[in-house]
Amino acid sequence: MHATSTTFPQNAARAMADASLQKAMARTKPMFPARRAAAVAALPEFEALRETGKQIKNHTLANLDFYLETFAANVERAGGHVHWCSDADEARAAVLKICQDAGARTVTKGKSMISEELGINKHLEAHGIAPVETDLGEYILQLRDEPPSHIIAPAFHLNREDWEASFRKSHTDLPADRVFHERRDILTEARTRLREKFLAADVGITGANFLIAETGSSVIVTNEGNGDLTQTLPRVHIALASIEKMVPTLEDCTSLLRLLARSATGQDFSVYTTFSTGKRRPDDLDGPDAYHVILLDNGRSAMIGTEFQDMLRCIRCAACLNHCPVYGTVGGHSYGWVYSGPMGSVLTPGLIGVDQAGHLPNASTFCGKCESVCPVKIPLPKMMRHWREREFERHLSPATARAGLRLWRWFALRPQAYRLATRAAAWAMARLSRKKGRFADLPFAGGWTDGRDLPAPEGETFFTRYAREQRAGRA
Amino acid sequence: MLAAIRRGLRRGALPDDQAMALRARLAAHPRQPIPARSRVPRPAQIDLFQRNVEKEFATLQRVPDAAAVPEAVARYLAAQNLPPSLAMAPHPELQALPWADHPMLTLREGRGQASDLVSLQHGYAGIAETGTLMLPSAAQRPATLNLLSETEIVVLRTSRIVGPYEEAWDLLRAERAVPEGGMLPRNIMFVTGPSRSADIESVLELGAHGPRRLHIILIEDDPAALG
Ligand code: SF4
Repeated sequence: MHATSTTFPQNAARAMADASLQKAMARTKPMFPARRAAAVAALPEFEALRETGKQIKNHTLANLDFYLETFAANVERAGGHVHWCSDADEARAAVLKICQDAGARTVTKGKSMISEELGINKHLEAHGIAPVETDLGEYILQLRDEPPSHIIAPAFHLNREDWEASFRKSHTDLPADRVFHERRDILTEARTRLREKFLAADVGITGANFLIAETGSSVIVTNEGNGDLTQTLPRVHIALASIEKMVPTLEDCTSLLRLLARSATGQDFSVYTTFSTGKRRPDDLDGPDAYHVILLDNGRSAMIGTEFQDMLRCIRCAACLNHCPVYGTVGGHSYGWVYSGPMGSVLTPGLIGVDQAGHLPNASTFCGKCESVCPVKIPLPKMMRHWREREFERHLSPATARAGLRLWRWFALRPQAYRLATRAAAWAMARLSRKKGRFADLPFAGGWTDGRDLPAPEGETFFTRYAREQRAGRA
Repeated sequence: MLAAIRRGLRRGALPDDQAMALRARLAAHPRQPIPARSRVPRPAQIDLFQRNVEKEFATLQRVPDAAAVPEAVARYLAAQNLPPSLAMAPHPELQALPWADHPMLTLREGRGQASDLVSLQHGYAGIAETGTLMLPSAAQRPATLNLLSETEIVVLRTSRIVGPYEEAWDLLRAERAVPEGGMLPRNIMFVTGPSRSADIESVLELGAHGPRRLHIILIEDDPAALG
């Protein structure tokens, strides 16, 4: 997928001015946190399980080479094939070759962020193979030729009117004046349309939420059942998985599954959690004749042993997006690549480079909410700070930002001057805000005040107040 | 790729003793901490299963013995206004039921077909923790029966209801993986309620691509589970 993360500030400004997006966000934003909170409250062990989840993932990453090799051996034993792909080009080529060898004309697809990372749809289309997205949200995005805006709710940014309009435009064989009385009618139309596609497909491509070393299984988690139809009906099943999806055993996977659905949708368990191991057995009545796993690195191994290794614990639950004030204001598309929200701000620079995605780690209020809800305790704000430092070291921040920081450094090393200057500034700002206590607009701070007001200082700095209260014996 | 990972981990391939320890961990597959909610006496465990099934928008009916299943199926279909025709898993336990007493029910044994309105599946195990069915594929339990029909009916015995998922894994390892050369069945579905989607404006709608209805007929064959 082509990245537009370099223009994050402009993307975000556009998103904030987009009335339809803001309407969609305002409606759906509060839903996820409320559902998660209820599910977490109903499981007293949830907090302890977060630590378990973190430990399982840390153990796996520390021995990732061993577990990948064990996994691959077990896949082959069950009659499957593993394709080791170090980058997106290799993975695209491997998928295309499997499809061509199978003589595939159409391919159904379950939801997969790796597939977005690879841009696999465009690649298949360019070679005369028709990919069909089958997750309801992904399906409408394919009709609209848009990328997903959320890692588990890809059509987060759309309103019901958008669905109806797209269906009318694309399903031209149906009566143009048909009425969609309720959301269910939209769902039913998609179900009927996609059922034909499921039955016709030669190859099914899914993602994987987990890979299990012990058994050589790939695991998908869905509510719709589209992933299961995708991996069960066609002759060939391809599972796309990045290397950090690995876990050692079924028991380890089970513990992470207890965290995943609760953190993601607030369900205790998703409707379908399915373990696939190898190809159809001799006496089976259904299932694919061939099973392939694409093991994708694409920049991940380079994060191991760095301050960003913890990011590889991520189980893609989207809790950090759902609780992020920045994501909730600018939406997923602003981030300009596959992953958005706090996890995107940390992962994207790691995968496509800080020169491409250096803006993203700045898209944070450092409120810490993301880390507090992350089911595998990833220190997201800390890692965003690490990226900012790296960006600064590499002189990728704009000259004004660097000059500003140099000025601050000069004052920071001279406490007397610092106090004098801040006292003057606080006094001036308090006068300027004319008792309203807020700035809706402030010279040189448009970037801040465009999306929110800046609270004005009360006319006193922390140091002055501390000194005053010290004297009064209150501190 | 392995070389890059090892560079990051600042080591070569794992030394033998460490690899041995990891192999031992895989073989022992230790349990992680398990939530207490399903650790209750048998009758309460069955009730917990039922409560969770119903919370997830599936329905459940208890019958006293296997002989009562065909009658329960016929009544359910009539109540839902569904035709008396079923795609049935070719499982010996389902084949042995007294279907002859209900000649108006038409049965087709085999895998699921796109035209199926109702499928009848054999339940391998039930997990009380979340009201989840464990349905491992086999010639007698085709996965397509869980996917293509509009309505899926699953016949399960109370003696096959366990507390947490880990106990279901134990059953599956002993009964399937060990006899089948250490390999898991090709497909293991954990099913919790009927298919659904919240992709349109984050509002939940039942009946996405899989069954719109899930009905469980529970045969009370476990004396310990009778409260
Ligand atoms: S970083 Fe944590 S909260 Fe965010 S998607 Fe990954 S696992 Fe979920």
